[in-house]
Amino acid sequence: MSEAIAYYPGCSGLGTSKEYDASTRAVCRTLGLDLVDIPDWSCCGSTPAHTKDHVLSAALSARNLQLVSGMGIASAATPCPSCLTNLRTANHRMEAPAMAEKVNKLLDAPYAGGVEAISVLQALVEKVGLDEIKAAVRTPLTGLKVACYYGCIMNRPPELMAFDDCENPMAMDNVLSAMGATVVPFPLKVECCGASYGIPRQDIVARLTGKLLDVAKSVGADMVAVACPLCQMNLDLRQGQVNRALGTNFRIPVPYFTQLMGVALNVADEELGFGQLCIDPRPVLNKALSGADAQAKGA
Amino acid sequence: MQTINLTRDYDGDFVHRVEEESGQNVSLCYQCGNCTAGCPYTFAYDIPVSQIMRLVQAGQKKTVLSSKSIWLCATCESCTTRCPNQIDVACVMDVLRHMARREGLAAVPQVKTFWDSFLDSVKAHGRVFELGLTVNYVMRTGRFWTDLDLGPKIFPKGKLSLKPHEIAGKEHVARIFERFERESNS
Repeated sequence: MSEAIAYYPGCSGLGTSKEYDASTRAVCRTLGLDLVDIPDWSCCGSTPAHTKDHVLSAALSARNLQLVSGMGIASAATPCPSCLTNLRTANHRMEAPAMAEKVNKLLDAPYAGGVEAISVLQALVEKVGLDEIKAAVRTPLTGLKVACYYGCIMNRPPELMAFDDCENPMAMDNVLSAMGATVVPFPLKVECCGASYGIPRQDIVARLTGKLLDVAKSVGADMVAVACPLCQMNLDLRQGQVNRALGTNFRIPVPYFTQLMGVALNVADEELGFGQLCIDPRPVLNKALSGADAQAKGA
Repeated sequence: MQTINLTRDYDGDFVHRVEEESGQNVSLCYQCGNCTAGCPYTFAYDIPVSQIMRLVQAGQKKTVLSSKSIWLCATCESCTTRCPNQIDVACVMDVLRHMARREGLAAVPQVKTFWDSFLDSVKAHGRVFELGLTVNYVMRTGRFWTDLDLGPKIFPKGKLSLKPHEIAGKEHVARIFERFERESNS
């Protein structure tokens, strides 16, 4: 139904965020969004590259944009906000001819521009549309209270990312609302979780992620839905470290928004990878859904 | 309050280089403090980001490039998004790290080592090898206790590959790094 979009999973999609990749593919397939794999894609360089040099960073991203260009496809979607930022930044910086020349000097095949990079969330909202997404719901997430956490760079800076609101983004809220979930107002939607400092400075992640979990709990969320592999890892895998550092007792599931969409769209459980998260969201999810079911029958 | 002798200590070349490499006009900063107010890392910084901006204006190269703050900025873009004068503050922080590297400075060495280990992994395989990166970091820093507690949580999930995902074009990626190194040294 829609034009094909090149799909850039990002390195974590092959490892720590396998379930994000799998659920993204399954949800897009169900909704008729045609994702085409980029042959032999490479790492975008992520944060480490841009902290070292902007030409190097742009070149690592531009290699992939050039591959998409060779596929004859005009847009690439990625589930990972860090990849997204790097791909968009490379495009933006290479609009300056002097920068494009420097970057292309590092590449085997020069990139001439013309490939737009967007998030999977943006592709779902803009290429499929909320009405169509809503019409595809088979098991509404009625009774489930979700805090939508976008992470710091999905929408910022707004001039670069050019999607949704930079302080109070709503795209994920709208999607999960369309799935039947109750989205709770979450004031820390775009606050940083500690990013890649989990390894070199665990104390920083404990403090910043701890604040996110604390606020999510205080607003009554059953779970925190995320769109970023690094956020997911900090909030879920490191939740035990947070509890030890802060003396807290959080046990909040942190699924990807695509996994929750998958439940509502009746995607087979084995494609959603809930078991690959540290805190399995299914008990809380099933309890919320069965509670709503019982209420509906009782009414 | 810190007193700086601008007649003696002002490094105009440093100010010019920061502006040129970041494409930002740092003199537009009027010290409103919005960046520091929104920065999630202020608690961990030795110098708040608004003061980094002021020190750049004042040409205080050594103080700025020796700071821990420039290595603890996560580029979360809060400062850039909220600057009333449209200064890309996060880009300035990025450029300061680039300059610190060139001066051989890294006030939070384990952060630099982590980023270097990441890039080594990309150069070797074309994609990041997550487990290899962690092992490389641990070996280089001697911080053997790093995330040992997470092993039992993540290994049973079957997500972490024990060997890298080598891509066919990994030599191409390696050549990007080699050409970059050659250009930087010329």
